[in-house]
Amino acid sequence: MIRQSRTDLPVLGPLPPVLSYGGLSSAARREGLQLRPIHGAVLFLGLVLACGVAEAQTEPGQPGIVATILKWTPLLASGFALNIAISFIAMAIGTAAGFLLGIGQISLVKPLRKSAWFVTQFFRNSPWLVLLFYCMLLLPFEIVVGRTVIPLPDWIKATIGLALPVMANVSELVRGAIQSIPYGQWESAESLAFTRRQTLWMIILPQCIRRMTPPWMNLYAILTVATPLASIVGVNEAMTLTQDALAAEGRNELLVPMYFYLLAWFFIYCYPIARATQALERRTAVK
Amino acid sequence: MDLQPVWDWFRWLYEATGIKLTIFYDDFDRSRFFNGFLTSVRLMGVCLVASVAIGIVGAWLQGARSHLVRLVVQAYIQFFRNTPPLVQLYFFYFALGSYLRITNENGLSVPLVGNFAWAAICLSFYAGAFNVEIFRAGIEAVPRQTIEAAESLGYSRLKAYLYVILPLAFRISLPALNNNLVNLIKTTTISYAIAVPEMLYVANQIWSDEVNVPEMMNVLLVVYVSLVGLLVWAMSRWERAMRVPGWGVS
Amino acid sequence: MSWTPKEPIVSVRDVHKRFGAVEVLKGVSFDVMKGEVICIIGPSGSGKSTLLRCINALVPIEQGSILVEGQEVHDPALDKLALRRKVGMVFQQYNLFPHKTALQNVMMAPLHVLKQDKAEVEARARRLIKKVRLEGKEDAYPGELSGGQQQRVAIARSLAMSPDVMLFDEVTAALDPETVKEVLVTIRELAAEGMTCLLVTHEMGFARELADHIYFTDRGVIVEHGPPAEFFANAKDPRTRQFLSQIL
Repeated sequence: MIRQSRTDLPVLGPLPPVLSYGGLSSAARREGLQLRPIHGAVLFLGLVLACGVAEAQTEPGQPGIVATILKWTPLLASGFALNIAISFIAMAIGTAAGFLLGIGQISLVKPLRKSAWFVTQFFRNSPWLVLLFYCMLLLPFEIVVGRTVIPLPDWIKATIGLALPVMANVSELVRGAIQSIPYGQWESAESLAFTRRQTLWMIILPQCIRRMTPPWMNLYAILTVATPLASIVGVNEAMTLTQDALAAEGRNELLVPMYFYLLAWFFIYCYPIARATQALERRTAVK
Repeated sequence: MDLQPVWDWFRWLYEATGIKLTIFYDDFDRSRFFNGFLTSVRLMGVCLVASVAIGIVGAWLQGARSHLVRLVVQAYIQFFRNTPPLVQLYFFYFALGSYLRITNENGLSVPLVGNFAWAAICLSFYAGAFNVEIFRAGIEAVPRQTIEAAESLGYSRLKAYLYVILPLAFRISLPALNNNLVNLIKTTTISYAIAVPEMLYVANQIWSDEVNVPEMMNVLLVVYVSLVGLLVWAMSRWERAMRVPGWGVS
Repeated sequence: MSWTPKEPIVSVRDVHKRFGAVEVLKGVSFDVMKGEVICIIGPSGSGKSTLLRCINALVPIEQGSILVEGQEVHDPALDKLALRRKVGMVFQQYNLFPHKTALQNVMMAPLHVLKQDKAEVEARARRLIKKVRLEGKEDAYPGELSGGQQQRVAIARSLAMSPDVMLFDEVTAALDPETVKEVLVTIRELAAEGMTCLLVTHEMGFARELADHIYFTDRGVIVEHGPPAEFFANAKDPRTRQFLSQIL
């Protein structure tokens, strides 16, 4: 059973994995947070409705709402591509660093274990936006390694800023998964003369992967919906470009449909991930 | 209590080391940072209460017989879970806010809902969407047999709900609720984007004026981590006080 | 110090072990000769399982000594790998590795710990699976096997290290009554082949039939011991008699 130790400060994540409820009935697992195509349909309906209302308000002589939205779509798509790129890179960095940190948290070396715990808790409990500001303002605009100069554009800094909380959450995931493996596994491996390192890599971690995948995907979805935060610190992602487009048009009736349109982009991207996560969760819960 | 020596010490710290914590020794910065802190705490408090209320009502509505009601609640949850909270905030503040305006006594069009209120509404609905799921999972985790036992003892459905299911479900939900409320506290920072004068916003003003970015950043991180720690501490005390041996998460 | 088969293969002397404030072993001593089958019985919480774990160096001891083939188990300089090659252990909860098939479970330790040749290890693993009567289940995952089958895979897994001594920690306690028998048959065959076995068990009939010597422990000490016929017929200590009257 995955449980949190008392010293733990909890995660930012939305729902923790269903496993963490003591006696969750199978009915609850099945019906947990089901996303059905109907939800997408409702959203789409909302979008159509918003466009319709706005269309009615359009003054004669101005281009229609739908036409205007379509006009800005390529720009928005390029911004959204940056959101996705940021989410991929931040997830990769955060996962790699968080994995090491998580292993550090179960180290037998006390100073290492304590500092890994501290780093994890610190970044897990700081607001994402504050970490983002932290990286934007305190990272240099370029790094000089010997002769080579590596530039650090804003979007890279933002990516690093988002990777930090991901790292902390992955670290907790890894620690939680390792500690959820029954102690008998360690004991029997030890009685077969496996070293600690061999036990960890060959016996414990392979068993963790399946448990970690659904919450890890969930974390990715959280990260993706957090990427528009980068707009606050001036990265030209979808949110910023939407605001630019709105400013260029200067039409009040465009506000609702445009923001709705942007929300729909994220919804359409995150919806399949959420569904896949649920499917995986159900599969792991059965075994 | 006279805190002047403390402020003086920070001024000395600045003169001795260059660590520029104006929020301690500069009266203006101190008062605006303190106000920002209060605004943040107020926002957090309002959203905590409102989101839990939304969660309870939503979980109750999800048990409704009407298919339409359940569908609406599901759509609400999925919409808020799968879209960026920041974009939600902009949507509420700019898009919906552009319609909700009234004309005041001077004949000027002013927003009906202020930015603090929009932030509170948006964040409450955002966190509330998660709370609905958390409470519902808790209710469903109560074993069927327990409910049957209550009914066989002559409890009506409502009474069984009030005296048996809810008290048990709430205990199961607490750890997850705890996590979500911590998330809410951290998410309040996004109200910076619509210029609610909360801590991050004020800190930004201060570091722009005083050019002490690293100091203010670290102050912010420490304050937020402490606030989260405080909530976690309070929740875990509560959780321990409500613990029933052999029930719920061990 | 070289060990000869005439000396005890396992020699436990005045072993003390405490977990925090609770002293679970309060000076336990006994010897096991090569080829002997020893059963340790006693009420739960009397320190039986801890004793086995001490012999395999899974838990450290505070005082006393444990010699396996003349080697001190709790010597900090001890090569634990060498010890664990000599001493195999089977657990109450089987503790199979759930992400590996039965055959892979048996092969893992010889491959990765002893670095033996793969073809040779596989041939041996298949022989062992056959020996525990699980032919045809080589590619099944632990989750697809019954408790009794899993426990027999666990026994084969231990045997793959070619140990000289086998420790069995209440290996039938978690099993359904009908599968207990198949595991006991496997242990009986092992004993008949001359394997030195230490069993912690609640199966009194089995202990009486198979054991060369029975030890009764209670609250961290050995209360009474003797060959089974004698032990079951005329136990002297009131604690032993009370335990036997409850369980028989």
